[in-house]
Order: sequence, then structure tokens, then C-alpha cells
Amino acid sequence: MMAKRPNEARIVITGVGLTAPNGNNLAEFRKSLLAGKSGIQKFNIRYMGEVSAGICHFDPLKYQKKKDLRRGTRAGSIAIYCAQETIADAKLDLTCLDKSKIGVYLGITEHGTVETENEVYEIKQFDYNVKYWSHHHNPRVVANNPAGEVTLNLGITGPHYTLGAACAGGNIGLIQGLQMLLLNEVDLALSGGVSESTGSFGIFAGFKSEGALASHEDPEKACRPFDKDRNGVVVSEGGCIFVLERLSDALKREAKIYSEIVGYAINSDATDFIFPSAERQVECMKLALNKAGISPEDIDIINTHGTGTTEGDPVECQAIREVFGEHPHAYMNNTKSFIGHAMGAAGALELAGNLPSFEDYIVHPTINLDHLDPECPLNNLVINEPKKIDKADYILNNSFGMLGINSVVIVKKFEE
Amino acid sequence: MTKEQIKDTILKIIAQIIPDEDLSNLKGDIPIREQVDLDSMDFLDIIMELRKRYGIEVPEDDYIHLATLDSSAAYLEPRMREL
Repeated sequence: MMAKRPNEARIVITGVGLTAPNGNNLAEFRKSLLAGKSGIQKFNIRYMGEVSAGICHFDPLKYQKKKDLRRGTRAGSIAIYCAQETIADAKLDLTCLDKSKIGVYLGITEHGTVETENEVYEIKQFDYNVKYWSHHHNPRVVANNPAGEVTLNLGITGPHYTLGAACAGGNIGLIQGLQMLLLNEVDLALSGGVSESTGSFGIFAGFKSEGALASHEDPEKACRPFDKDRNGVVVSEGGCIFVLERLSDALKREAKIYSEIVGYAINSDATDFIFPSAERQVECMKLALNKAGISPEDIDIINTHGTGTTEGDPVECQAIREVFGEHPHAYMNNTKSFIGHAMGAAGALELAGNLPSFEDYIVHPTINLDHLDPECPLNNLVINEPKKIDKADYILNNSFGMLGINSVVIVKKFEE
Repeated sequence: MTKEQIKDTILKIIAQIIPDEDLSNLKGDIPIREQVDLDSMDFLDIIMELRKRYGIEVPEDDYIHLATLDSSAAYLEPRMREL
């Protein structure tokens, strides 16, 4: 084990705000994950018709005016909802805080696609005359939009930006917040990820053209990671933002501490635009374990990235087997089987859904796993029913993305 | 359209742009932006809606004529009379 760091150099999670297709706060989300409740539904998308998708059902007017909704973006709304919820969950009173020392760091898979498609659709009815192109376009599509909308809504004057990291975005938003706290750039970080991808026909059509868009007559069964009959990704929207702070600050204000972030890593495959690399995923998990100063047998729960594609799932299984062996101590699950692929939000949401295991010692299952693919032989995969465990000290969260970006976060049950 | 119909049209456009605002007591002779929360981007939405719905172009130099409901009706009446 590594030498214990001073409390000023230990970063903890003290708030969780989220919206997922099957829950609008951590309690609801966790309840759905333990009950095997999917959030995938039928959804009509421009030019394509009916698809399976994960749509969130939070009330955007809880924290925004109607004018804000018209002016801003769906990703901005999701981010504002999650930011307000996480601040409330952390029992923070922003009026008593130095807002210039709060940072907003949000992972995204993409941003601007939805708004651009909408504008092109709009001017089509004016024979593509660009004088009908909206003056709201640029502030909607700038890459920092979701994080910027949070600062506008909350009056935060510290740094804000998004981190474009494909489907690893959620983990990377978290890592960025941690790093900025360690550098003393901020005193509080609102970190996580958001996605509005269900508003873009292009995202769905792109997966379909790749032969990687999930389809099933029952949308709740469409996302089936590791199952022999899986046929692709279910596109979802969602968001999850954590409050991160230095342990010394969290203890001072007697905050509820969900967990401590003890390890993380980011690396690149450098091999392909789409296809992942088991070798680099192995390296990434090992780097994170090294940073945490622990061994694979210390990990109790692994949240897999598995998206339900034919090509991607076996690669992650191979990487996990290589790091954790054929008979691992850790139990494994997959959140996308419930909520689809929430893209930039996926890493953060999937970590959040597992955090309650530190208290209830239950591992939520992977659903829709009727016939485990022999290409995905993972021992200790928790299938269809939750699993009670005796020890829950460490959770490892995998999140990988296109262009070969890998990210791993390890959190530890908090103890002083 | 008559001037009254034009005012009604402008009010409906504004209601869509700033749906949270109560427009029932909007005075015709006081600048709209002094009475409700309508910023410059919202104002450009009015220009855009006039263009989209009625094909009316308001040059930038003439924006000042759309400051109040009354001045808007006076400015737009010759352009919307036949609508």
C-alpha cells in the first residue's frame, strides 16, 4: 500500500446529482438498478423513425425558466439539473462560498451536433437560405456550452469547460476535477459528464451504418452487453455531476462522504478509429491500480464499459481477464444494459450507480444477459439478479471511447 | 393588418420568446425592453420571426423603430397593411 496522503491531497465525492433514463436522482437510479428496471423506450427520430433510446424524464423547469430552455441546449439543461441536484445533495450553500473557486468540468462525447442538425432542418423549409439561420447557433454549439450554462445558472465565476473524450468523457470530467483540486486551482469541483445525443439522427444513423445500432422488438431488451444475441449500442441521453472536494475541506464542514477517488488513468490505443485495443485497456487498468497503490485482488466491484457491440465487448473481457485472472475476486456488472449508452455521461453515471454498494454491500446486476457469449467469458459477472457481497472497499470503473481513448477510475470506501 | 392587429402579432411573438413574462400590462408608448426582460438576442428573435412568418426584412438601422409597441405598429403598418 502507498503511504497515506495528507487530507489536503485526498479528493472525495461529497455530492451526486444525476438524471438517467431510469431515475432522476441516485436513490431512484439505484432502486431501478437493483430491481432490474430498464429505462429504454421506443423513440422517434427524424428521418429514421422508431428506434430504441434512453430518454431522461427530469423536470427541466425545476431549475430553469422557459426562456432559458428556448435559449440553451438540452445538454445545458441536463447539466444544470445535475449541478443543482449535486449541490443540494452535498448540502452546500453557494451564497456562503467563493464562487470564483468553483470549477465546472464536464465530459462530453460530442456537442453541437443536435443544434446544427436542427438548424439545417429549419432552413431547409426556406430553401437553405442562411439568413434564416439562428443567431443562437454559435452560443449553443460552442464546446463549453453545457458547462457554461451551469455557470450562468448558478453564478459560478471559476473555470468552466467541457472535456471531449468520446464515451470516456464522464470519467475524464471526474479526473479533471480531481487534478484541479490537487493543483489548488479550485476549492470545489462540479465534475462528471453529460449527453444529449438522442437529439441527433446522425448519431443513430452513424451507428446504424457501422452495423452497431441495437435493435429489438422490446426496447427494454435492446441493450445486451456480453449476451450472444447482442447487436449494438442503444443511444441514450443523461448526466451525472459529482461534488468533489479535498478531504480536509469535507471533514471541516462535516460533509457526507460517498467515497474517495484513489486511482485513475487515461491512455490511448493509437491503433484504430473505432476498434478498441485490449492491450491498452490492460495498461490503463494497471496504471490506475498502480496509482491507487493496490492489487487487482483488492478490487471488489468492476463496472464494465461493455456497450453491447459484437466487436467491443470481447475485447474488454479479454483485458479484464488479463488483469484480474480467470478467477477474480471482484464481481462485475454493466449499467448500459439498463440505460443504454449515455455517451459523455456514461462513465460518471455508471460510477454513481455503484457507489451505494459501499453501504449496502450489494452489486447491481447486468440485465438482458440470457446467453453469455462464449467470446465474453467473464467469471463473477453478476447476471440478472443483484449479488450480496461481504466486502466492498474498492470499485473500478472502466470507460472507453472512439479514437482509442481509455479511462479508468478507482474509488475507495471512505475511512479516515 | 391594422395597427392593432400588428401590435397583437408582435405581442404573440414576444410571448413566445419570453414565455415566463407577464405581458398583460405592457404599455404601448414605453420601450418594451424597459418593461420586460428582453435582451438583445431576444430582440433579434423578433426580427427573425417577422422574417420567417411574414417575409418582412427590418434593416439594422431601423431597429430603433421597434423600441415600443406603438412605434413598431407605426413602422410595420405600411409593410404589413396587405397581409
